[in-house]
Amino acid sequence: MPDGGPSILDVRDLKTVFRIRSGEVHAVNDVSFELAPGELLGVVGESGSGKSVTMMSLLGLLPSPPADVCGGSVTFDGQDLLKLAPEGLRKVRGAKIGFVFQDPMTSLNPVFNVGMQIAEPLRKHMGMNKREAAVRAKELLELVGIPDAARRLEDYPHQFSGGMRQRVMIAIALACDPQVLIADEPTTALDVTIQAQILELMKDLRDKLGMAVIWITHDLGVIAGIADRVMVMYGGQVVEHAPVAELFGNPKHPYTRALLTTIPKISGEREKRLTIIEGQPPIMTAAPSACPFRDRCDVAIDRCAVENPRRYDVGDGHDAACFHVEGAHA
Amino acid sequence: MLDAGPTPLVRVRDLKMHFPIYAGLFRRRVGEVKAVDGVSFDVMEGETLGLVGESGCGKSTCGRAVLRLYDITSGEIAIDGREIGDVPQPRLRDMRPTMQMVFQDPQASLNPRMTVEAIIKEPLDEHTTLSETEKREKVGELMDAVGLNRKFAKRYPHAFSGGQRQRIGIARALALNPKFIVCDEPIAALDVSIQAQVVNLLEDLQEQFGLTYLFISHDLSMVRHIATRVAVMYLGKVVELAPREALYSDPLHPYTKALLSAVPEPDPALATNKERIILQGDVPSPSNPPKGCNFCTRCPAVIPICREREPDTREVKPGQFVACHLYSE
Repeated sequence: MPDGGPSILDVRDLKTVFRIRSGEVHAVNDVSFELAPGELLGVVGESGSGKSVTMMSLLGLLPSPPADVCGGSVTFDGQDLLKLAPEGLRKVRGAKIGFVFQDPMTSLNPVFNVGMQIAEPLRKHMGMNKREAAVRAKELLELVGIPDAARRLEDYPHQFSGGMRQRVMIAIALACDPQVLIADEPTTALDVTIQAQILELMKDLRDKLGMAVIWITHDLGVIAGIADRVMVMYGGQVVEHAPVAELFGNPKHPYTRALLTTIPKISGEREKRLTIIEGQPPIMTAAPSACPFRDRCDVAIDRCAVENPRRYDVGDGHDAACFHVEGAHA
Repeated sequence: MLDAGPTPLVRVRDLKMHFPIYAGLFRRRVGEVKAVDGVSFDVMEGETLGLVGESGCGKSTCGRAVLRLYDITSGEIAIDGREIGDVPQPRLRDMRPTMQMVFQDPQASLNPRMTVEAIIKEPLDEHTTLSETEKREKVGELMDAVGLNRKFAKRYPHAFSGGQRQRIGIARALALNPKFIVCDEPIAALDVSIQAQVVNLLEDLQEQFGLTYLFISHDLSMVRHIATRVAVMYLGKVVELAPREALYSDPLHPYTKALLSAVPEPDPALATNKERIILQGDVPSPSNPPKGCNFCTRCPAVIPICREREPDTREVKPGQFVACHLYSE
């Protein structure tokens, strides 16, 4: 899918550095990916792997200072988002690219009712008047499956449950028919039964609206169920990228392999003991000059300590940043 | 009712923990949140009882109530043969060494102004008469046991990562050689690769010190890994209690079925042909539970009697207890 047709979002060599008093943190290092219209790209990684920061860098959502998006390009709709003035960026954010944040509790404003919060992007971006916006807001609430939508518009966020709040967030993100929806751990704060509801909803909405989705999560189970392609991040870099079946069936990077074996399964054989990844994820205080995973890797070689592997293509849209994949020894 | 062979280390009968709601000018009592509403179970010596459920179902309250961190509304709790359900708090102090707790949030449960050594030593100060050198030696042993470098004893909690902080919390819980430890979501705040480290540590310690765990979690696949038997809670009640294999391969209660089917499968091949039961709606408020069975508002297999009468817990298969009208003859 990655090379089929023009991509809607094209990110090349994105770099983000946090400059803080005690030094620098290189949170995103040369991240490249593209997104085709209508596809769902899953982004997996542990906390601190740079997955959220990558997506926030795209849209200029990080406070600067300390954050500094210092390199790369983000091509969307024929323009480079990183070069856009704040005014121009504001026209893209919320209108053409929607964002759903992790915690539905803190990302809604507690002092405005839900109707107003859904109407805000409609009035700002679509130039609707109050009445039109209210009609559209009701449609949106119905779309995301909130019963009794007309009455619930008057309600405040605290009157909704966690799952319902996340539906409201999705409704806001969808308000202006975005071409791309970025969902940052949208189900992490929810219970499994509610998570299952939201996942079903997302599948439905994608079929209906045909938008492209970037879904950030640390839960491989969620990814397996909904993604078309998956990107695995570690230490601020993309370490592996493949179509979903390929990634789970034939993982090439030792980190992906370890990640897949470390989670216990709900069905099938129960393992006597969990396999673990020793050690801690790295904190990148400098631009990487070696493989960030080498200290925890069980197949590390000398070369890993002196050179940062680039992403080697292994065919079928699958690539991995490891010296052990075929074609890396050339 | 729920006895299973040998004498249990922990025996809980009809435990109720209701929190009052006050409202109005005169702060009158207008109702109560029935966080735990009639829970009974046993935990055998050396086993791990998993307690699972969604947030708000009362599993954490249940764990805290069992250790008498609350003054319970009613019910009986016996730990190691001693009834503690109605013992006043001051007299519980000499029971505390046998029963300990590992908390969910390692950030919030460690005092940021105490060194690791002071944190782990505190229970020894309170409950033992060891000399200062003996205590320091014991702290060193505990740090070895949980895989922390002894050199870090003088550091403060902020200098440690989440997984290491959880190890400090575990070392503190182990300090007094407890028999029974309540683990309240010990891995929920940790990353996947760190979760496995902590779970393996808990299993090693169980074997080494002969511990008994009540393992509270919402992570069904992790509970499948660590627990011997599993209790499923919904809205303050245990709806199903069964040995691990039976519960996961053949769940009986409709809620257990839905809960298990909602867990995402980390394998795309299995994920596509998995039959999903999507529950509609949300959990009702524990201050105003529905009439009859608590699950009747969301149950896909609801029958008229469910809305009338509360189901009794009965043993449907050996060791497998279910509270559901579908299984009453």
